[in-house]
Amino acid sequence: MKVRIAVSLKPGVLDPQGRAIHHALEGLGFSGVGDVRAGRLIELEVDETVTDAALDEMCKKLLANMVIENYRVERIAQ
Amino acid sequence: MTFRGAVITFPGSNCDRDLAVGLEKVSGVPTIRVWHGDTDLPEKLDFIGIPGGFSYGDYLRSGAMAAKSPIMQAVIAAAGRGVPVFGVCNGFQVLTEAGLLPGALMRNAGLEFVCRTVPLRVENSQSLFTSGYETGQELRIPVAHHDGNYFADEATLDRLEGEGRVAFRYLDEVNGSQRRIAGILNEAGNVLGMMPHPERAIEDELGSSDGRALFESAIRSLVEA
Repeated sequence: MKVRIAVSLKPGVLDPQGRAIHHALEGLGFSGVGDVRAGRLIELEVDETVTDAALDEMCKKLLANMVIENYRVERIAQ
Repeated sequence: MTFRGAVITFPGSNCDRDLAVGLEKVSGVPTIRVWHGDTDLPEKLDFIGIPGGFSYGDYLRSGAMAAKSPIMQAVIAAAGRGVPVFGVCNGFQVLTEAGLLPGALMRNAGLEFVCRTVPLRVENSQSLFTSGYETGQELRIPVAHHDGNYFADEATLDRLEGEGRVAFRYLDEVNGSQRRIAGILNEAGNVLGMMPHPERAIEDELGSSDGRALFESAIRSLVEA
């Protein structure tokens, strides 16, 4: 089974990379984009023994930095 | 008594030799080198240095992988026993990722790698790492980093300030750090992390010798203890 983990910056944490991407989009002539936040997508291939609690722990211990980031875990049906 | 200082090397560390040599020049004793995959530290250490560089290629987040390496468990235990632990640059990132220091180091606000000598102010000269300075003293120390933008929530920042745990502050805008924080101490005062490189400023030939007193302070605090 595939698990997709989306790691994003917490609201309120300044995202200079997102801001630079926003500038670049405007430079390319795309209008109407209010804000850009850049994050990270991590995909895991896991077997049935991996529990939601274990995934949660993986995120808290390594995949996300809880000081600045939030995460969302999504199991993808094959 | 003989000073025993060690420097940890991770894959991708590139300032480990600078830190080891800096410590050696000031202490007069060879620095013990420790590999990240070791599970134990040498016995009776008086100083543990976590060097700058790009440990594990900065994969995931700067310092995140190194913080989980086998030797860091031993470093965390040693820090808990009161052994002085000093992290420079990537070493500072490793210490925050390992939970030994609060906050996080994010991409520089200007997005560019910053590599220059910057003016710093000593904010607390009472710590074992800074006793050789005067509070308010201005130093010139080089920085070289991409992820030095210190972030912590307001409550944490207020606590750091209130407890005198901001050791060094930039005098200029360098990387977008909250409250221009350049280096912080842990609650017990035996762990210091900072983005600037004092090990690159220990002799006038290097452009500045302002970093030397940091190592002298740590060594002296031990001898006097």
